[in-house]
Amino acid sequence: MNLQWLKGLGALGVRLAKMVAVILLIAIFNFMLVRAAPGDPALVMAGQSGATDAAFLERVRADYGLDKPMATQLVTYLGKIVTLDLGYSHRQQRTVASAIAERLPATLLLTLSAFAISLVGGVVLGALAGVRAGKLSDTLISLLALVIYATPVFWLGLMLVLLFSVQLGWLPAFGYQTIGTSISGWAAVVDKLRHLALPAFTLGMLYLAIYARLMRSSIIEVSHQDYVKTARAKGASEGRILWRHMLRNALLPVVTMAGVQAGTLIGGSVVIETVFAWPGLGRLTYDAVLQRDYQVMLGVFLVLSVLVIFFNWVTDLLYRVIDPRIQAA
Amino acid sequence: MNKREFHKYLLATGALGLAEFPPGITAAHGQTRGGTLNSIVQPEPPILNLAVSQLTPTQMVSGKIFLSLLTYDVNLKPMPSLARSWTISSDGKTYTFKLEPNAKWHDGKPLTSEDVLYTVKEFLPITHPRAKAIFGRCESITAPDAQTVVFKLAEPFGPFIGAFDISNLPVMPKHIYAGTDVVKNPANLNPIGSGPFKLKEWVRGSHIHLVRNENYFKPGLPYLDAIIYRVVPDGASRALALENGTVQLTQWTDLELFDANRLAKKDNLAVTTKGYEYFAPIMWLEINNRTAPLNDKRFRQAVMHAIDRNFIKDKILYGFGKVATGPVNSKTKYYEPNVKKYDFSIDKAKALLDEMGLKPDAKGVRTTVRLPVSPYGEMVQRTCEYIRQSLAKVGIAVTLESTDPGSYTQRISNWDYELNLSWLYQFGDPALGVTRNYVTSNIRKILFTNTVGYSNAQVDKLADQAAVEVDEAKRGALYSEMQKIIVDEVPIAWLVEMDFPTIHDKRLQNLVTSAIGIHESFDTVYFKG
Repeated sequence: MNLQWLKGLGALGVRLAKMVAVILLIAIFNFMLVRAAPGDPALVMAGQSGATDAAFLERVRADYGLDKPMATQLVTYLGKIVTLDLGYSHRQQRTVASAIAERLPATLLLTLSAFAISLVGGVVLGALAGVRAGKLSDTLISLLALVIYATPVFWLGLMLVLLFSVQLGWLPAFGYQTIGTSISGWAAVVDKLRHLALPAFTLGMLYLAIYARLMRSSIIEVSHQDYVKTARAKGASEGRILWRHMLRNALLPVVTMAGVQAGTLIGGSVVIETVFAWPGLGRLTYDAVLQRDYQVMLGVFLVLSVLVIFFNWVTDLLYRVIDPRIQAA
Repeated sequence: MNKREFHKYLLATGALGLAEFPPGITAAHGQTRGGTLNSIVQPEPPILNLAVSQLTPTQMVSGKIFLSLLTYDVNLKPMPSLARSWTISSDGKTYTFKLEPNAKWHDGKPLTSEDVLYTVKEFLPITHPRAKAIFGRCESITAPDAQTVVFKLAEPFGPFIGAFDISNLPVMPKHIYAGTDVVKNPANLNPIGSGPFKLKEWVRGSHIHLVRNENYFKPGLPYLDAIIYRVVPDGASRALALENGTVQLTQWTDLELFDANRLAKKDNLAVTTKGYEYFAPIMWLEINNRTAPLNDKRFRQAVMHAIDRNFIKDKILYGFGKVATGPVNSKTKYYEPNVKKYDFSIDKAKALLDEMGLKPDAKGVRTTVRLPVSPYGEMVQRTCEYIRQSLAKVGIAVTLESTDPGSYTQRISNWDYELNLSWLYQFGDPALGVTRNYVTSNIRKILFTNTVGYSNAQVDKLADQAAVEVDEAKRGALYSEMQKIIVDEVPIAWLVEMDFPTIHDKRLQNLVTSAIGIHESFDTVYFKG
């Protein structure tokens, strides 16, 4: 028992060491990539101010540490990373950690909601299409998935706003919450959900289409397995066969894809956050890139990298839950 | 406040020429005190202190929190703000301002001449890109008493009285900033101002919520309870917000101009292009004067003839603007209309290019030039595409190069372009916002200078003379002569004097009361009915 526990701990330690090494490499790569872009924050700020002089540019560059050699900047940056200091945004005049911490909850709420919608919706629709392969419902679901997949996400978002907000007036057009009133308790929860509905649904649609198609194919493949035929021969109902025998095995490819796309989902929220004025990390990143706010850019890239690595690890753990025959990495 | 009280207030100020309502301000008949004005701010300002950040969004929001000594009506005539009156000595060198005695900071401390002195002498020289050029001309700035500030110039400077607006001299609280790093002071995010509104809440990425300053020095003002600026990054969403009443006010480039035209026709909305007179930008095509064939005046004149500027005004700007005639906007002081005219004529353009020996090759191309496209909206992209199309007809091939803000500003600063579409603010006076693009001394590798590299000794001399001339008529004559020379040499192809639509709920009154329009304090804005 103790040996197994030690072996498990050792495996976890190795996994953690690998994760730290990957994160550091990503940090160095991001630093070099960001610095390779032409222009600097001083020029961008000057461009948006409509006036400048040499002293102003010098001061901004000194504030940003851009007057130091590149190697010095990199070493300083890595030193701060190791001590979990993400730096200071001179443009926003606050720490990068506080800027990210302020926006991260909104992005997590949006992406996790979209993730849940896409996963549940995709699995349900895909399973339905798979067990009724060749029938009308399968055709309709497959067609729907194809149309959603081919539709630009931002256009879909705008059309949903036109329908549900402008025409029907059911849901707010954008924003995170109703502003200027003091709502609390359940009213605040409902208010948040109303604002979340359209962006989460829009963001989740593309992935719902992917998971539906994947689940359909997976169900069709699993339905030809011997154990399914055996279960049918033994008189089990189709519902029991689907739920107890087919679903867990058919889920594996979907879980793999979902784990890979979890990171993409967070990065892909930029467009949705822009369309719906959702105050999340995606918008923070987009603004930081345009403004050459290097510290914020690097901080966000680092946090996103950590999240992707974390989601990959969770995916590996889920495999063991779904199929205990799979060894943990 | 009723009409009688309002009149008494105005008469009591003793401000020059103010025996009646300032232009644009209506008496508050039947106004409702109260209400929350919802508007848009895009992009989100990084901080809320416009003494530290000169970005337009910062100015727009901070202009409700901070005040300057003066403001300017739509004809650019000075009006009182924190200064209730002022005098200018006959030699044009001494400016004496008397401050409002009841002005207070949001934390209750009194605003005095010490705050003005601190702002001009210690704060702005560190942070403000234009402060040194303006206030560095003073040989002394003193405060003989708590309500008086005296600026003494080393030599007369004509536009000096026009430099006391909120974007040049936002008065800062000395007791908050003195002895601190002003750039990193936490008050930049949680400002203490003297204006009619103060900050209640700022949720980054969502909104900025301002509320009435109950201790504002003008009794009974402001009328509004609150102003909420919503951060809405998507253009279509901004249009929707105005259409469904989520916001009651949009300004500058919040809306694409085709949306602006559509929404302006709504029964509940009104549109005005007033309130931008202080900025008065001209959309123009900078032509790098350094390299052949652009260094030949005839090439640049050909460019002016080849572009149908009425088309740009009507089809790309949807009628929001006026064809420009030269370097000075017709709303700016000392505008000279009698300059050489460049009518749209492909034949004239071709004749000039033939005359300079620039013949087309087998494919009809005489020369190829680069035009980096700035990332500041669809309007810029469309105008650049139209310029490419227009110049192609006379054999000038234009390569459009997409950029992002960082790349674009880097290229222009380093003169790495042949053509560049841009527009700059004029700040009400040629000495403040026009000559910087045409004088030899300002050819530098910095934005908003003479990046095209134009140099004319006579223009330099006229600009210097006009800046220090006190007599208005003589000053005007100097600028007239300067404009005629510049228009003949076309260092820059002036396209359109830009107008920006401010679209608002019709119930809003007193929205535009000065030459800085929606950048004003909004202390007299109210909802009617």
